[in-house]
Amino acid sequence: MEIVTFLLEPLQYGFLTRALAVTLAAAVVAAVLSCWLILMGWSLMGDAVSHAVLPGVALAYILGIPFSIGAFVFGAGAVALIGIVRSTTKLKADTVIGVVFTALFATGLAIVSATPSQIDLMHILFGNVLGVSAGDVWQVLLLGLLTLAILLFKRRDLTLLAFDRTHAHVIGLNTRLLSALLLGLLALTVVVGLQAVGIILVVAMLITPGATAFLLSRSFDRMLVIAVVLTVTASLAGVYASYYLDISTGAAVVLCQAIVFAVVYLFARPDGVIWQARRRRTAARTRTGHTRAGRNRTGAAAVGPAPAQAGSGTAPSASDPPLPASGPSVRGDA
Amino acid sequence: MTASAAPSTRRALDVRNLGVRYGEVQALDDVSMTLDAARICGLIGVNGSGKSTLFKALMGLLVPGTGSVELFGRSAASARKQGLAAYMPQAEEVDWTFPVSVSDVVAMGLYGRLGPSRRLRAPDRAAVEDALGRVGLADLRRRQIGQLSGGQRKRVFIARSIAQDARLLLLDEPFAGVDQASERTMTALLKTLRDEGRSVLVSTHDLAGVPELCDEAVLLHRRVLAQGDPSLVLTHGNLARAFGPAPSTTTVRSAASAAPDGGS
Repeated sequence: MEIVTFLLEPLQYGFLTRALAVTLAAAVVAAVLSCWLILMGWSLMGDAVSHAVLPGVALAYILGIPFSIGAFVFGAGAVALIGIVRSTTKLKADTVIGVVFTALFATGLAIVSATPSQIDLMHILFGNVLGVSAGDVWQVLLLGLLTLAILLFKRRDLTLLAFDRTHAHVIGLNTRLLSALLLGLLALTVVVGLQAVGIILVVAMLITPGATAFLLSRSFDRMLVIAVVLTVTASLAGVYASYYLDISTGAAVVLCQAIVFAVVYLFARPDGVIWQARRRRTAARTRTGHTRAGRNRTGAAAVGPAPAQAGSGTAPSASDPPLPASGPSVRGDA
Repeated sequence: MTASAAPSTRRALDVRNLGVRYGEVQALDDVSMTLDAARICGLIGVNGSGKSTLFKALMGLLVPGTGSVELFGRSAASARKQGLAAYMPQAEEVDWTFPVSVSDVVAMGLYGRLGPSRRLRAPDRAAVEDALGRVGLADLRRRQIGQLSGGQRKRVFIARSIAQDARLLLLDEPFAGVDQASERTMTALLKTLRDEGRSVLVSTHDLAGVPELCDEAVLLHRRVLAQGDPSLVLTHGNLARAFGPAPSTTTVRSAASAAPDGGS
């Protein structure tokens, strides 16, 4: 009964139900897109597009048009600008991205500061999910569904593009058009995520779910499903945490996603760092052979502190062959 | 599966006076070569001799400064639309951690002739199975590609070109990082594909396997130094010009001794 109360109590407030709907819609779309984004190596592009929409949002507020139109125009414009500068200089992609998105972000800040009374900068930067109107909810849901539908319909082409662009070109697919499509969908996803977590933290939604799912998957379809399940879990946990602990909703959602990532990074089988360290330790013990056989019992007991050791990020030390007699316990204490 | 648009010509490849510059560097200079249907040609040269640039020009990944490329009597763009050519990347070009299975990769060979969502239908799945069976990877179809050995990884991409029913296979350093047993398997496989009428262009800087595999060879060092029968191309004199004046590596020596010496 108490759990039911715990879950239902926040939902009696309309603003929280709307917040939950917007957060979930944004999180699911961003999670699906993030799977391609991280495989393309475009994480920084997600960062860039999300920052670059600021002037668009600010202008939309000033002109009284839907914020999503302004955001999309500037998101897509940033992508185009990055592409143009990249192809006409010898600069590397990350450099061009850095120059373009900071320029656009600064433009946005300048516009906002010139019209102080009309726009709440904090809401744009960090989201204002508790303040979304019913109209905003519909806007987010519609754009989210559209983005999701296109992504899923073209998912095989996008996966091919990420995996082997040359082959895609050789069999006659238009790789530039596919890249442009993915970037356009990225801009749309940023627009969808803005309301939920704001410009700054939408980056996390665009990267973390895919990164977490990648660690757990050997097939792309599985990766998509895992990313969505994880992000829905983290979003629900985040919204409830923000209600009961009275912390910022966007921050709570992103923190929950980061915690899920950390748990997977450490504990996932078979590739979590703890299991890796354990395997190395077992292998080291097997290699050193019977000279250490007498100490195997103490050695087995010492597997316990492995997490602390792996957490330090110095896993290779686990395979140091010439352990002193008291090695494992000393290391456990340290 | 039906064969993709039957090529109207016996000539798989016709490169004329191709020239490519990267800034100040002349990567390819006046390169002309032809390859007939049902032939295997070795493209031989040191790293930096222009092999990869030539492949890029054949695939339309760069616009040549001068000259022309025709595949089966068509422009490179038209040949791509028909799915006539297939490319096997070098091992280091592939992201082996990518979450795709062996059969996923082979299915990508079919995408050019599937509907816009690239959904596989029953005959497409049969084509994938058939290609996997022909390269001996049917049992490993569900493996993530990174879990394969070096030789198996190469065969995945050959299977992809079989599924595609490509008429010209472009293989970039297919024997790098492959053990001898796998190299023999692949050599036999490529000869079977040739006997079905497909053409194969193999780039390599390892000469040992060339006489066994190739019907003809092109020795490249920005320009074409020699082309024709492998035994006439791989002479001491030619190799010295392509690989430097004092060939000292074992691969050069063994290949040169494997081929009758007609040059010096």
